[in-house]
Amino acid sequence: MRLTLHIWRQKNAREKGRMVTYELDGVSEDMSFLEMLDMLNEKLMRNGEEPVAFDHDCREGICGACSLAVNGIPHGHEPLTTICQLHMRKFRDGDAIYIEPWRARAFPVIKDLVTDRSALDRIIAAGGYISVHTGGVPDANAILIGKEEAERAMDFAACIGCGACVAACKNSSAMLFVAAKIAQFAYLPQGQPERKRRALAMVAKMDEEGFGACSNLYECEAVCPKGISVSAIALMNRDFIRAKLTEVPQKTTAGGG
Amino acid sequence: MASFFSFLRSSILSKVVMAATGIILLLFLIGHMLGNMQMYLGPARMNAYAAMLQGLGGALWIVRAVLFLSVVLHVITSIRLKLSNMAAKPSAYVRKKWVKATLTSRTMFLTGSTIALFVTYHLLHFTFKATHPQYAGLRDTFGRMDVYAMVIAAYREPLISLVYIAAMVLLGFHLNHATLSALQTLGVNHPKYNGFIEKLSITVSLLIVLGFISIPCGVFLEIIKPVQATVAGGM
Ligand code: FES
Repeated sequence: MRLTLHIWRQKNAREKGRMVTYELDGVSEDMSFLEMLDMLNEKLMRNGEEPVAFDHDCREGICGACSLAVNGIPHGHEPLTTICQLHMRKFRDGDAIYIEPWRARAFPVIKDLVTDRSALDRIIAAGGYISVHTGGVPDANAILIGKEEAERAMDFAACIGCGACVAACKNSSAMLFVAAKIAQFAYLPQGQPERKRRALAMVAKMDEEGFGACSNLYECEAVCPKGISVSAIALMNRDFIRAKLTEVPQKTTAGGG
Repeated sequence: MASFFSFLRSSILSKVVMAATGIILLLFLIGHMLGNMQMYLGPARMNAYAAMLQGLGGALWIVRAVLFLSVVLHVITSIRLKLSNMAAKPSAYVRKKWVKATLTSRTMFLTGSTIALFVTYHLLHFTFKATHPQYAGLRDTFGRMDVYAMVIAAYREPLISLVYIAAMVLLGFHLNHATLSALQTLGVNHPKYNGFIEKLSITVSLLIVLGFISIPCGVFLEIIKPVQATVAGGM
Protein backbone atom coordinates (compact mmCIF):
# COMPACT_ATOMS: atom_id res chain seq x y z
CA MET A 1 0.00 0.00 0.00
CA ARG A 2 0.97 3.61 -0.58
CA LEU A 3 0.74 6.17 2.25
CA THR A 4 1.16 9.90 2.75
CA LEU A 5 2.70 10.49 6.17
CA HIS A 6 2.56 13.85 7.93
CA ILE A 7 5.14 13.59 10.71
CA TRP A 8 6.16 16.03 13.44
CA ARG A 9 9.85 16.80 13.07
CA GLN A 10 11.67 18.69 15.81
CA LYS A 11 15.46 18.84 16.10
CA ASN A 12 15.62 19.17 19.88
CA ALA A 13 13.77 20.47 22.94
CA ARG A 14 14.57 24.09 22.22
CA GLU A 15 13.82 24.35 18.55
CA LYS A 16 10.32 24.71 17.15
CA GLY A 17 8.92 21.69 15.38
CA ARG A 18 6.77 21.40 12.25
CA MET A 19 4.91 18.81 10.21
CA VAL A 20 6.84 17.26 7.32
CA THR A 21 5.17 15.21 4.61
CA TYR A 22 6.64 11.92 3.34
CA GLU A 23 5.38 9.54 0.66
CA LEU A 24 5.92 5.86 1.42
CA ASP A 25 5.23 3.11 -1.11
CA GLY A 26 5.29 -0.67 -0.79
CA VAL A 27 3.98 -0.86 2.78
CA SER A 28 2.73 -4.35 3.61
CA GLU A 29 -0.58 -4.90 5.41
CA ASP A 30 1.17 -7.29 7.76
CA MET A 31 3.57 -4.68 9.05
CA SER A 32 3.03 -3.14 12.45
CA PHE A 33 2.78 0.63 12.57
CA LEU A 34 6.31 0.85 13.96
CA GLU A 35 7.67 -1.46 11.25
CA MET A 36 6.16 0.92 8.75
CA LEU A 37 8.11 3.74 10.43
CA ASP A 38 11.26 1.56 10.37
CA MET A 39 10.77 1.21 6.63
CA LEU A 40 10.44 4.98 6.28
CA ASN A 41 13.60 5.49 8.35
CA GLU A 42 15.60 3.06 6.20
CA LYS A 43 14.49 4.96 3.14
CA LEU A 44 15.43 8.29 4.77
CA MET A 45 18.85 7.00 5.75
CA ARG A 46 19.49 5.66 2.26
CA ASN A 47 18.78 9.18 1.02
CA GLY A 48 21.16 10.65 3.60
CA GLU A 49 18.32 12.21 5.60
CA GLU A 50 17.87 12.23 9.38
CA PRO A 51 15.60 9.31 10.44
CA VAL A 52 12.46 10.00 12.48
CA ALA A 53 13.08 9.46 16.21
CA PHE A 54 10.32 7.60 18.05
CA ASP A 55 10.11 5.65 21.31
CA HIS A 56 9.70 1.87 21.34
CA ASP A 57 10.95 -1.11 23.26
CA CYS A 58 8.99 -4.34 23.64
CA ARG A 59 6.80 -3.89 20.56
CA GLU A 60 4.33 -6.28 22.11
CA GLY A 61 2.13 -3.89 24.06
CA ILE A 62 3.50 -4.39 27.54
CA CYS A 63 6.25 -1.87 28.22
CA GLY A 64 4.56 1.48 27.59
CA ALA A 65 7.45 2.96 25.62
CA CYS A 66 5.69 3.55 22.31
CA SER A 67 3.86 6.84 22.28
CA LEU A 68 2.48 8.26 19.07
CA ALA A 69 -0.64 10.28 18.44
CA VAL A 70 -1.94 8.94 15.14
CA ASN A 71 -4.61 10.95 13.31
CA GLY A 72 -5.37 12.85 16.50
CA ILE A 73 -5.74 9.85 18.81
CA PRO A 74 -3.03 8.58 21.17
CA HIS A 75 -2.08 5.05 20.00
CA GLY A 76 -4.35 5.45 16.97
CA HIS A 77 -7.96 4.60 16.34
CA GLU A 78 -7.96 0.95 17.42
CA PRO A 79 -9.34 0.61 20.97
CA LEU A 80 -7.31 -1.22 23.65
CA THR A 81 -4.24 -1.36 21.42
CA THR A 82 -0.82 0.26 21.76
CA ILE A 83 0.57 1.76 18.58
CA CYS A 84 3.24 -0.99 18.41
CA GLN A 85 0.41 -3.54 18.22
CA LEU A 86 -1.54 -1.69 15.55
CA HIS A 87 -1.16 -3.24 12.14
CA MET A 88 -1.18 -1.54 8.78
CA ARG A 89 -4.16 -3.64 7.68
CA LYS A 90 -6.20 -1.22 9.82
CA PHE A 91 -5.37 1.48 7.28
CA ARG A 92 -6.27 1.78 3.61
CA ASP A 93 -4.15 2.23 0.55
CA GLY A 94 -3.72 5.93 -0.19
CA ASP A 95 -4.43 7.03 3.40
CA ALA A 96 -2.95 10.23 4.79
CA ILE A 97 -1.69 9.62 8.32
CA TYR A 98 -0.81 12.34 10.86
CA ILE A 99 1.82 11.29 13.40
CA GLU A 100 2.54 13.55 16.37
CA PRO A 101 4.25 13.28 19.75
CA TRP A 102 2.29 13.31 23.05
CA ARG A 103 1.50 16.94 23.74
CA ALA A 104 1.72 18.19 27.32
CA ARG A 105 3.81 20.71 29.22
CA ALA A 106 4.90 17.91 31.53
CA PHE A 107 6.09 15.83 28.53
CA PRO A 108 8.57 18.08 26.70
CA VAL A 109 9.60 16.89 23.25
CA ILE A 110 13.21 15.67 23.20
CA LYS A 111 13.34 15.00 19.48
CA ASP A 112 10.73 14.42 16.77
CA LEU A 113 8.20 12.03 18.32
CA VAL A 114 10.13 11.29 21.53
CA THR A 115 8.97 13.01 24.69
CA ASP A 116 10.43 13.07 28.19
CA ARG A 117 7.90 11.23 30.37
CA SER A 118 10.06 11.05 33.49
CA ALA A 119 7.47 13.19 35.31
CA LEU A 120 5.46 9.97 35.64
CA ASP A 121 8.46 8.23 37.23
CA ARG A 122 8.83 11.06 39.74
CA ILE A 123 5.15 10.66 40.70
CA ILE A 124 5.77 6.95 41.34
CA ALA A 125 8.88 7.80 43.36
CA ALA A 126 6.74 10.12 45.50
CA GLY A 127 4.55 7.29 46.77
CA GLY A 128 3.66 4.67 44.17
CA TYR A 129 5.20 1.80 46.10
CA ILE A 130 4.82 -0.23 49.29
CA SER A 131 7.54 -0.41 51.90
CA VAL A 132 8.62 -3.97 52.75
CA HIS A 133 11.49 -5.53 54.58
CA THR A 134 14.07 -7.16 52.38
CA GLY A 135 15.21 -10.67 53.20
CA GLY A 136 13.64 -14.06 52.72
CA VAL A 137 10.89 -14.51 50.15
CA PRO A 138 7.53 -14.34 51.96
CA ASP A 139 5.28 -17.38 51.96
CA ALA A 140 2.94 -17.26 48.95
CA ASN A 141 -0.27 -17.53 50.95
CA ALA A 142 0.81 -15.83 54.16
CA ILE A 143 -1.57 -12.96 53.40
CA LEU A 144 -4.95 -14.06 52.10
CA ILE A 145 -6.54 -11.86 49.44
CA GLY A 146 -10.04 -12.40 48.11
CA LYS A 147 -10.35 -13.24 44.43
CA GLU A 148 -12.42 -10.15 43.64
CA GLU A 149 -9.99 -7.80 45.37
CA ALA A 150 -7.06 -9.43 43.61
CA GLU A 151 -8.79 -9.11 40.23
CA ARG A 152 -9.65 -5.47 40.80
CA ALA A 153 -6.12 -4.65 41.87
CA MET A 154 -4.85 -6.44 38.76
CA ASP A 155 -7.21 -4.43 36.52
CA PHE A 156 -5.55 -1.23 37.72
CA ALA A 157 -2.07 -2.74 37.77
CA ALA A 158 -2.48 -3.33 34.03
CA CYS A 159 -1.42 0.30 33.49
CA ILE A 160 1.83 0.33 31.49
CA GLY A 161 2.49 4.02 32.18
CA CYS A 162 2.61 5.05 28.53
CA GLY A 163 0.99 8.44 29.18
CA ALA A 164 -1.73 8.15 26.53
CA CYS A 165 -4.23 9.41 29.15
CA VAL A 166 -2.22 12.62 29.51
CA ALA A 167 -1.84 12.90 25.75
CA ALA A 168 -5.59 12.55 25.11
CA CYS A 169 -6.70 14.95 27.84
CA LYS A 170 -7.51 18.51 26.90
CA ASN A 171 -5.96 19.53 30.22
CA SER A 172 -2.99 17.14 29.98
CA SER A 173 -4.13 15.70 33.28
CA ALA A 174 -2.34 12.65 34.62
CA MET A 175 -5.18 11.68 36.92
CA LEU A 176 -5.97 8.34 35.26
CA PHE A 177 -2.33 7.27 35.54
CA VAL A 178 -1.95 8.42 39.15
CA ALA A 179 -5.33 6.95 40.09
CA ALA A 180 -4.43 3.56 38.59
CA LYS A 181 -1.18 3.52 40.57
CA ILE A 182 -3.09 4.40 43.75
CA ALA A 183 -5.96 1.99 43.08
CA GLN A 184 -3.73 -1.03 42.41
CA PHE A 185 -2.65 -0.88 46.07
CA ALA A 186 -5.96 0.28 47.54
CA TYR A 187 -7.55 -3.16 47.14
CA LEU A 188 -4.65 -5.06 48.67
CA PRO A 189 -3.77 -5.44 52.37
CA GLN A 190 -0.15 -4.55 51.58
CA GLY A 191 -1.31 -1.15 50.33
CA GLN A 192 -3.18 -0.11 53.47
CA PRO A 193 -0.47 1.18 55.88
CA GLU A 194 0.72 3.88 53.48
CA ARG A 195 -2.63 4.46 51.78
CA LYS A 196 -3.34 8.04 52.93
CA ARG A 197 0.24 9.18 52.71
CA ARG A 198 0.45 7.73 49.20
CA ALA A 199 -2.61 9.63 47.96
CA LEU A 200 -1.40 12.93 49.40
CA ALA A 201 2.18 12.56 48.16
CA MET A 202 1.38 11.34 44.64
CA VAL A 203 -1.31 13.96 44.03
CA ALA A 204 0.95 16.73 45.34
CA LYS A 205 3.74 15.57 43.02
CA MET A 206 1.32 15.34 40.10
CA ASP A 207 0.27 18.99 40.65
CA GLU A 208 3.89 20.07 41.02
CA GLU A 209 4.89 18.46 37.71
CA GLY A 210 2.48 20.72 35.83
CA PHE A 211 -0.26 18.30 34.83
CA GLY A 212 -3.77 19.75 34.57
CA ALA A 213 -6.87 18.81 36.56
CA CYS A 214 -9.42 16.28 35.36
CA SER A 215 -12.61 17.68 33.79
CA ASN A 216 -14.23 14.24 33.70
CA LEU A 217 -14.40 14.01 29.91
CA TYR A 218 -13.25 10.37 30.17
CA GLU A 219 -11.24 10.68 26.96
CA CYS A 220 -8.35 9.03 28.86
CA GLU A 221 -10.39 5.88 29.49
CA ALA A 222 -11.32 5.73 25.81
CA VAL A 223 -7.72 5.82 24.56
CA CYS A 224 -6.10 3.76 27.33
CA PRO A 225 -4.56 0.68 25.66
CA LYS A 226 -5.18 -1.26 28.87
CA GLY A 227 -8.77 -0.07 29.41
CA ILE A 228 -8.15 1.42 32.87
CA SER A 229 -11.53 2.60 34.17
CA VAL A 230 -12.12 6.17 35.38
CA SER A 231 -13.59 4.61 38.52
CA ALA A 232 -9.92 4.68 39.61
CA ILE A 233 -10.11 8.49 39.61
CA ALA A 234 -13.18 8.43 41.87
CA LEU A 235 -11.27 6.11 44.21
CA MET A 236 -8.25 8.40 44.18
CA ASN A 237 -10.49 11.39 44.96
CA ARG A 238 -12.07 9.50 47.89
CA ASP A 239 -8.65 8.53 49.25
CA PHE A 240 -7.30 12.03 48.80
CA ILE A 241 -10.32 13.75 50.40
CA ARG A 242 -10.28 11.30 53.32
CA ALA A 243 -6.55 11.79 53.80
CA LYS A 244 -6.93 15.58 53.68
CA LEU A 245 -9.75 15.55 56.25
CA THR A 246 -7.78 13.42 58.69
CA GLU A 247 -4.39 14.93 57.95
CA VAL A 248 -2.44 15.97 61.02
CA PRO A 249 -0.98 19.36 60.19
CA GLN A 250 2.76 19.04 60.39
CA LYS A 251 3.94 22.32 61.86
CA THR A 252 7.67 22.71 61.95
CA THR A 253 8.35 24.56 65.16
CA ALA A 254 11.70 26.23 65.34
CA GLY A 255 13.99 24.69 67.90
CA GLY A 256 11.57 21.85 68.56
CA GLY A 257 12.96 18.52 69.80
CA MET B 1 -7.94 34.94 53.60
CA ALA B 2 -4.76 33.45 52.20
CA SER B 3 -5.39 30.15 53.94
CA PHE B 4 -9.07 30.23 52.96
CA PHE B 5 -8.12 30.21 49.29
CA SER B 6 -5.21 27.81 49.73
CA PHE B 7 -7.36 24.98 48.31
CA LEU B 8 -6.76 26.64 44.93
CA ARG B 9 -3.22 25.27 44.97
CA SER B 10 -4.47 21.68 44.80
CA SER B 11 -6.06 20.25 41.66
CA ILE B 12 -8.35 17.81 43.48
CA LEU B 13 -9.38 20.29 46.19
CA SER B 14 -10.24 22.82 43.49
CA LYS B 15 -12.39 20.21 41.81
CA VAL B 16 -14.05 19.33 45.11
CA VAL B 17 -14.96 23.01 45.58
CA MET B 18 -16.38 23.11 42.02
CA ALA B 19 -18.45 20.02 42.76
CA ALA B 20 -19.70 21.11 46.19
CA THR B 21 -20.66 24.65 45.16
CA GLY B 22 -22.12 23.25 41.94
CA ILE B 23 -24.39 20.93 43.89
CA ILE B 24 -25.57 23.82 46.10
CA LEU B 25 -26.37 25.85 42.99
CA LEU B 26 -28.13 22.86 41.42
CA LEU B 27 -30.34 22.48 44.50
CA PHE B 28 -31.14 26.20 44.29
CA LEU B 29 -32.07 25.82 40.61
CA ILE B 30 -34.47 23.00 41.48
CA GLY B 31 -36.12 25.19 44.13
CA HIS B 32 -36.21 28.21 41.82
CA MET B 33 -37.79 26.18 39.03
CA LEU B 34 -40.45 24.70 41.33
CA GLY B 35 -41.19 28.21 42.62
CA ASN B 36 -41.64 29.45 39.07
CA MET B 37 -44.17 26.69 38.40
CA GLN B 38 -46.62 28.64 40.56
CA MET B 39 -47.06 31.02 37.64
CA TYR B 40 -49.46 28.34 36.40
CA LEU B 41 -51.53 28.63 39.59
CA GLY B 42 -52.44 32.27 38.98
CA PRO B 43 -51.49 35.64 40.45
CA ALA B 44 -52.80 35.02 43.98
CA ARG B 45 -50.58 31.99 44.57
CA MET B 46 -47.56 33.42 42.79
CA ASN B 47 -47.62 36.75 44.60
CA ALA B 48 -48.31 35.11 47.95
CA TYR B 49 -45.31 32.85 47.39
CA ALA B 50 -43.11 35.81 46.50
CA ALA B 51 -44.33 37.74 49.54
CA MET B 52 -43.68 34.69 51.74
CA LEU B 53 -40.07 34.54 50.50
CA GLN B 54 -39.62 38.25 51.16
CA GLY B 55 -41.06 37.79 54.63
CA LEU B 56 -38.49 35.18 55.63
CA GLY B 57 -36.19 37.95 56.82
CA GLY B 58 -33.00 36.57 58.35
CA ALA B 59 -33.37 33.13 56.82
CA LEU B 60 -33.62 34.67 53.36
CA TRP B 61 -30.36 36.51 53.92
CA ILE B 62 -28.64 33.33 55.05
CA VAL B 63 -29.75 31.57 51.85
CA ARG B 64 -28.64 34.56 49.81
CA ALA B 65 -25.25 34.58 51.53
CA VAL B 66 -24.71 30.86 50.89
CA LEU B 67 -25.68 31.26 47.24
CA PHE B 68 -23.49 34.32 46.81
CA LEU B 69 -20.52 32.55 48.37
CA SER B 70 -21.13 29.46 46.22
CA VAL B 71 -21.23 31.54 43.04
CA VAL B 72 -18.06 33.43 43.97
CA LEU B 73 -16.16 30.22 44.82
CA HIS B 74 -17.50 28.43 41.72
CA VAL B 75 -16.39 31.26 39.45
CA ILE B 76 -12.99 31.91 41.03
CA THR B 77 -12.13 28.20 41.13
CA SER B 78 -13.24 27.66 37.55
CA ILE B 79 -10.94 30.46 36.40
CA ARG B 80 -8.04 28.97 38.37
CA LEU B 81 -8.67 25.55 36.85
CA LYS B 82 -9.06 26.96 33.35
CA LEU B 83 -5.77 28.85 33.57
CA SER B 84 -3.74 25.95 34.96
CA ASN B 85 -5.34 23.47 32.57
CA MET B 86 -4.48 25.69 29.63
CA ALA B 87 -0.93 26.04 30.91
CA ALA B 88 -0.66 22.24 31.13
CA LYS B 89 -1.34 21.93 27.39
CA PRO B 90 0.72 24.69 25.77
CA SER B 91 0.71 23.26 22.24
CA ALA B 92 -2.26 21.78 20.46
CA TYR B 93 -2.29 18.77 18.15
CA VAL B 94 -2.19 19.56 14.45
CA ARG B 95 -4.88 16.88 14.12
CA LYS B 96 -7.12 16.09 17.06
CA LYS B 97 -9.94 13.58 17.14
CA TRP B 98 -12.18 13.09 20.18
CA VAL B 99 -13.10 9.50 20.85
CA LYS B 100 -15.48 9.84 23.77
CA ALA B 101 -15.56 13.39 25.19
CA THR B 102 -18.91 15.02 24.35
CA LEU B 103 -19.25 18.57 23.06
CA THR B 104 -21.11 19.67 26.21
CA SER B 105 -18.34 18.30 28.44
CA ARG B 106 -15.66 20.11 26.45
CA THR B 107 -17.43 23.47 26.58
CA MET B 108 -18.14 23.78 30.31
CA PHE B 109 -16.14 26.98 30.72
CA LEU B 110 -17.85 28.58 27.74
CA THR B 111 -21.38 27.63 28.81
CA GLY B 112 -20.49 28.53 32.40
CA SER B 113 -19.26 32.03 31.54
CA THR B 114 -22.30 32.69 29.37
CA ILE B 115 -24.54 31.60 32.25
CA ALA B 116 -22.62 33.93 34.60
CA LEU B 117 -23.31 36.84 32.25
CA PHE B 118 -26.94 35.82 32.02
CA VAL B 119 -27.32 35.58 35.81
CA THR B 120 -25.94 39.12 36.12
CA TYR B 121 -28.52 40.35 33.62
CA HIS B 122 -31.25 38.29 35.28
CA LEU B 123 -30.57 39.91 38.67
CA LEU B 124 -30.49 43.40 37.13
CA HIS B 125 -33.73 42.60 35.34
CA PHE B 126 -35.96 41.00 37.98
CA THR B 127 -34.23 41.43 41.35
CA PHE B 128 -32.80 44.96 41.16
CA LYS B 129 -35.18 46.02 38.36
CA ALA B 130 -32.38 48.18 36.96
CA THR B 131 -33.24 47.47 33.32
CA HIS B 132 -36.98 47.91 33.89
CA PRO B 133 -37.57 50.43 36.74
CA GLN B 134 -41.31 50.38 35.92
CA TYR B 135 -41.59 46.89 37.50
CA ALA B 136 -41.00 48.43 40.94
CA GLY B 137 -44.45 50.07 40.90
CA LEU B 138 -46.38 46.87 40.14
CA ARG B 139 -48.72 46.03 43.02
CA ASP B 140 -51.59 43.58 43.19
CA THR B 141 -54.92 44.23 44.93
CA PHE B 142 -53.44 43.25 48.31
CA GLY B 143 -50.66 45.81 47.85
CA ARG B 144 -48.08 43.05 47.39
CA MET B 145 -45.36 43.17 44.77
CA ASP B 146 -47.12 41.90 41.61
CA VAL B 147 -44.54 39.34 40.51
CA TYR B 148 -47.12 37.64 38.32
CA ALA B 149 -47.73 40.77 36.24
CA MET B 150 -44.00 41.53 36.15
CA VAL B 151 -43.11 38.14 34.68
CA ILE B 152 -45.84 38.40 32.04
CA ALA B 153 -44.76 41.93 31.12
CA ALA B 154 -41.18 40.73 30.77
CA TYR B 155 -41.88 37.73 28.59
CA ARG B 156 -44.22 39.66 26.33
CA GLU B 157 -41.04 41.25 24.99
CA PRO B 158 -39.88 38.68 22.40
CA LEU B 159 -36.22 39.63 22.71
CA ILE B 160 -36.21 39.00 26.47
CA SER B 161 -37.98 35.67 26.02
CA LEU B 162 -35.46 34.58 23.41
CA VAL B 163 -32.51 35.53 25.63
CA TYR B 164 -34.01 33.59 28.52
CA ILE B 165 -34.71 30.51 26.44
CA ALA B 166 -31.24 30.55 24.88
CA ALA B 167 -29.63 30.92 28.31
CA MET B 168 -31.66 27.99 29.63
CA VAL B 169 -30.57 25.78 26.73
CA LEU B 170 -26.94 26.56 27.57
CA LEU B 171 -27.72 25.86 31.23
CA GLY B 172 -29.02 22.47 30.12
CA PHE B 173 -25.74 21.72 28.31
CA HIS B 174 -23.83 22.78 31.42
CA LEU B 175 -25.94 20.67 33.80
CA ASN B 176 -25.81 17.68 31.48
CA HIS B 177 -22.11 17.25 32.21
CA ALA B 178 -22.06 18.96 35.62
CA THR B 179 -24.19 16.57 37.63
CA LEU B 180 -22.32 13.41 36.72
CA SER B 181 -19.00 15.21 36.87
CA ALA B 182 -19.63 16.54 40.38
CA LEU B 183 -20.45 13.09 41.70
CA GLN B 184 -17.36 11.54 40.07
CA THR B 185 -15.19 14.26 41.62
CA LEU B 186 -16.63 13.53 45.05
CA GLY B 187 -15.79 9.88 44.52
CA VAL B 188 -19.28 8.56 43.71
CA ASN B 189 -18.68 5.97 41.00
CA HIS B 190 -19.90 2.43 41.32
CA PRO B 191 -20.78 0.09 38.45
CA LYS B 192 -23.98 -0.86 40.25
CA TYR B 193 -25.32 2.71 40.47
CA ASN B 194 -23.67 4.48 37.54
CA GLY B 195 -26.53 3.74 35.16
CA PHE B 196 -29.11 5.06 37.61
CA ILE B 197 -27.03 8.15 38.43
CA GLU B 198 -26.66 8.90 34.72
CA LYS B 199 -30.41 8.66 34.11
CA LEU B 200 -31.17 10.71 37.21
CA SER B 201 -28.80 13.50 36.21
CA ILE B 202 -30.17 13.71 32.68
CA THR B 203 -33.75 13.73 33.99
CA VAL B 204 -33.04 16.41 36.59
CA SER B 205 -31.25 18.74 34.17
CA LEU B 206 -33.95 18.23 31.56
CA LEU B 207 -36.76 18.95 34.04
CA ILE B 208 -35.01 22.09 35.30
CA VAL B 209 -34.49 23.44 31.80
CA LEU B 210 -37.97 22.53 30.50
CA GLY B 211 -39.55 23.98 33.63
CA PHE B 212 -37.80 27.32 33.20
CA ILE B 213 -38.41 27.48 29.43
CA SER B 214 -42.09 26.65 29.84
CA ILE B 215 -42.77 30.04 31.51
CA PRO B 216 -41.87 32.33 28.55
CA CYS B 217 -43.51 29.78 26.24
CA GLY B 218 -46.62 29.75 28.42
CA VAL B 219 -46.80 33.54 28.29
CA PHE B 220 -46.35 33.50 24.51
CA LEU B 221 -49.07 30.87 24.07
CA GLU B 222 -51.28 32.78 26.56
CA ILE B 223 -51.58 29.80 28.88
CA ILE B 224 -50.26 32.27 31.44
CA LYS B 225 -52.38 35.40 31.00
CA PRO B 226 -52.63 38.80 32.70
CA VAL B 227 -55.34 39.14 35.37
CA GLN B 228 -57.70 41.34 33.32
CA ALA B 229 -57.68 38.86 30.47
CA THR B 230 -58.54 36.05 32.86
CA VAL B 231 -61.48 38.02 34.29
CA ALA B 232 -62.72 39.12 30.87
CA GLY B 233 -62.38 35.60 29.55
CA GLY B 234 -64.19 34.14 32.55
CA MET B 235 -67.30 36.29 32.12
S1 FES C 1 6.73 -0.71 22.47
FE1 FES C 1 6.29 -1.62 24.41
S2 FES C 1 4.18 -1.16 24.58
FE2 FES C 1 4.58 -0.49 22.58
